[in-house]
Amino acid sequence: MITCEEATRLISESLDRKLPLGRRIGLRIHLLMCKLCPRFLRQMLLLRNAAYQYREEKEKEALSPSDRLSLGAKEKIKQALKTHSVSKSSP
Amino acid sequence: MKEERQDLHPDIWVQDHGDVLFRYALVRLRDRAAAEEVVQETFLAALKGREQFKGRASERTWLVGILKHKLMDHFRKSSRESPVTDLISSEESPEDFFDRNGKWKVEPGAWGDDPGDVLEKKEFWKTFKECMVGLPQRLADVFSLREFEGLETEEIRNLMGLSTTNLNVQMYRARLRLARCLDTNWFERKEKEPQK
Repeated sequence: MITCEEATRLISESLDRKLPLGRRIGLRIHLLMCKLCPRFLRQMLLLRNAAYQYREEKEKEALSPSDRLSLGAKEKIKQALKTHSVSKSSP
Repeated sequence: MKEERQDLHPDIWVQDHGDVLFRYALVRLRDRAAAEEVVQETFLAALKGREQFKGRASERTWLVGILKHKLMDHFRKSSRESPVTDLISSEESPEDFFDRNGKWKVEPGAWGDDPGDVLEKKEFWKTFKECMVGLPQRLADVFSLREFEGLETEEIRNLMGLSTTNLNVQMYRARLRLARCLDTNWFERKEKEPQK
């Protein structure tokens, strides 16, 4: 039987691509016999949900001050834009 | 015919879209300076390519599209700058997770049956963020390309110039570490009583 370390590698890999049949079966069997690796699998699924939700919410949520460009950065970018729009005609 | 582009207003871009683009970049790069830089590059590229703006999408959508390209450039560049060899070699040294026989050294926590429940908790998100920040940059990059951007592994491999094995290893390590970090900092704190 595969070890827990191997099983967790396969679990991670299965989140990115379809495992070949043999490995899939090996993993299934391990998961049936092991107490801890199913926990890891659950953790991974939760992590995936969490990452998805994190991004979604981050984009919806109101801008907090720390998420804003600082005034200094804004000025810098404005300057850069100005410089470039002036020199635009000369390639 | 009058050549007028009513839809683009570069002079107020920074004001109108700066914060939104910045946050978009910050979520993905987790580094203010890098995010600022990418936003600036985006605006400059937009200015340069303004003739290509067709007015079909909104100005914002168009700018975000350019930003996405700039972010990918950024990932590609940073993957060239920091070699992957160090990750591979540390992979070969024994880790904190498994013993020699491939058995768990520290049991992974049982995170409960209701993930929806967990994701409602403010504390969880705080910890999640901290754990993301705690990841080595390279691991955080591959993780966020995969899980935040939803890129296929093939795309990430091309972007970062990684072999399949290499990417597998990095994804694996990122996930393992995140899980462990959440275990120690959120789930154990929550449960308090030691599990036998």
